Amino acid sequence: MKQNDRIILDSTQFDLSIKRLAHQLIENYNDFKDAIIIGLQPRGVFLANRIKSELNAIDKNFDIQTGSLDVTFYRDDYRRQGNPLIPNKTEMNFDIEDKKVILVDDVLFTGRTIRSGLDAMLAFGRPKKVELLVLINRRYERHLPIQADYIGKNVHTIISERAKVSWKETDGEDKVTLYTPEDE
Amino acid sequence: MSKLSVSNLLGIRYLTKEDIHLILKTADHFKEIINRPIKKVPSLRDITIANLFFENSTRTKLSFEIAEKRLSADILNFSSSNSSVTKGETLIDTVNNILSMKVDMVVMRHPNPGAADFLSKHVDAKIVNAGDGAHEHPTQALLDAYSIREKYGDLNGKNVVIVGDVLHSRVALSNIFCLKKLGANVRVCGPLTLMPKYISSLGVEVITNLKEALNWCDVAMMLRIQLERQDMKLFPSLREYSMLYGLDKKLLDSLDKEITVMHPGPINRGVEITSDVADSKQSIILEQVQNGVAIRMAVLYLLAGKIE
Repeated sequence: MKQNDRIILDSTQFDLSIKRLAHQLIENYNDFKDAIIIGLQPRGVFLANRIKSELNAIDKNFDIQTGSLDVTFYRDDYRRQGNPLIPNKTEMNFDIEDKKVILVDDVLFTGRTIRSGLDAMLAFGRPKKVELLVLINRRYERHLPIQADYIGKNVHTIISERAKVSWKETDGEDKVTLYTPEDE
Repeated sequence: MSKLSVSNLLGIRYLTKEDIHLILKTADHFKEIINRPIKKVPSLRDITIANLFFENSTRTKLSFEIAEKRLSADILNFSSSNSSVTKGETLIDTVNNILSMKVDMVVMRHPNPGAADFLSKHVDAKIVNAGDGAHEHPTQALLDAYSIREKYGDLNGKNVVIVGDVLHSRVALSNIFCLKKLGANVRVCGPLTLMPKYISSLGVEVITNLKEALNWCDVAMMLRIQLERQDMKLFPSLREYSMLYGLDKKLLDSLDKEITVMHPGPINRGVEITSDVADSKQSIILEQVQNGVAIRMAVLYLLAGKIE
C-alpha cells in the first residue's frame, strides 16, 4: 500500500455493505422466483458469488441461479487499446428469457463495461427486467446514461484515481482502496 | 502474453509456441460462443475481410466465411474462376483493386506456394493464408492441434502419425511444424515416392509399414491422395495404395490400443479411409470441422487487434 492510497471500505464495512445489499434484494425479490444473478467477468463474479452466499445464509431455501458473463467481445474499446483484450470464461447454463436479471459488477465507473454487459446478456434471451448492483459507484464519471439500482458505496473521485476492490479469496482481505496509478 | 508476435498468419513456421497457445486459448471462448443460442459477437463490426480463393475449397471457405460472420465482420467473396484473373490480371493488381475498396484483412488460398508471403510484402492489409499450394495451411494445423488438445488435454509427448500423400500436402507440413512446436512426436507413413526428400531435416521419421505406424501412435491423421497435384505416376494404382495404406475397421480393431482418427477432408471414402472408420466413434473428423470455425474466429480476432 502506497502513501496516497486510502481505504474507503475496510473488511467490517465491506461485510456490512454486502449484508445490506443482500437485504435490499430480498425486499424487492421476495423468494427470488425467476430471478437470476449474473456477475460480469472477471471481478463482478466474486461479488455475485458473495451476494449469493449471503442470501443463502439468510434463508437457505432461496434457490438462486447465478452465471458469469464475459463482455470482452462486446466492448467498444477493442483495438483502441495496445493489446487485444483477452477474454474470461462465460458460464451461463440457462436462458434468461422472461427472467428478472440482477447484473453485478464491482465498480461502476464510465458505464461502458455495463453497456457491453447488457449487449452480451441479450445473446441468452430477452429478460423481463434488468437491474444493476455494484459495490462501488464512482459518481460524476459516467460516459453513458447508466445508473445502478443497488449501491454498496458512492465515492467521489478524481479521474486519475482508480478504485480497487480486494477479495478474501484472491487478495487475502476484503477491502476497497482508492489509489493513483504511477504511470498516469 | 496477449498478443501475437506476427501481424499476418502466413504459416505455422513463423509462429512461436506462445502464439499457438494464445490462439488455442482464445478459440476456447469462441467455441463456447458458437454453441450459444445466439452465436454471434460484435467484435469485428468495423472490419471488412476479403476472401480470395484462387483454388477450389468447400470446408475452408465456408469455415472462414462463417467465422467472419460470427464476428460481425463485413465480407467480400472472390473466386478466381469467374473473375478478371482469367483476363490476365496479376495477383498484386487484383488484390490492390480489392483493397482500394477499403478492405482490412485478406484471407487467401492460392495454388502457388509462397503466394501469401509474397502478397504480405506488397500490400497493406493483414493476410491470412488459407492454403498456398503444397506449402502451408496454418489454420488447418491449428484446428487439428486444438482437436487433439480437446481430446487429450495436452499435446506434449503425444505420438501423431501423418499417413498418405505427405509430398503434396500443405496440411502435413503445417501440422509437422505445429505439433513439434507443441511438443508432440511426429512420424509420417506412406510409400517413399510420396515422401518429401527433406523430411528428415524436419526431425520426422518415415515409417513405411502402416500397422507399425498405427501401433506407435495415439492419433492418426489420414491424408487424401492429391491426384490433381501429381504430374507423374507415383504409385501403381489407387487400389494398391488403398490395400497398403488405407485404414479400414479390421486394421483399426487389430491395434494394441484405441487410437484417434483424424482427416482434414475432403475424404475419398474407400481410398485412404473406409466409411466405417470415418463414421466410427474413434473418428473426430466432424469435431475438427466445428473446431475450425472457433480457431478461425480466434485467428481473425487476434490479427484484427493489430490493425492500426
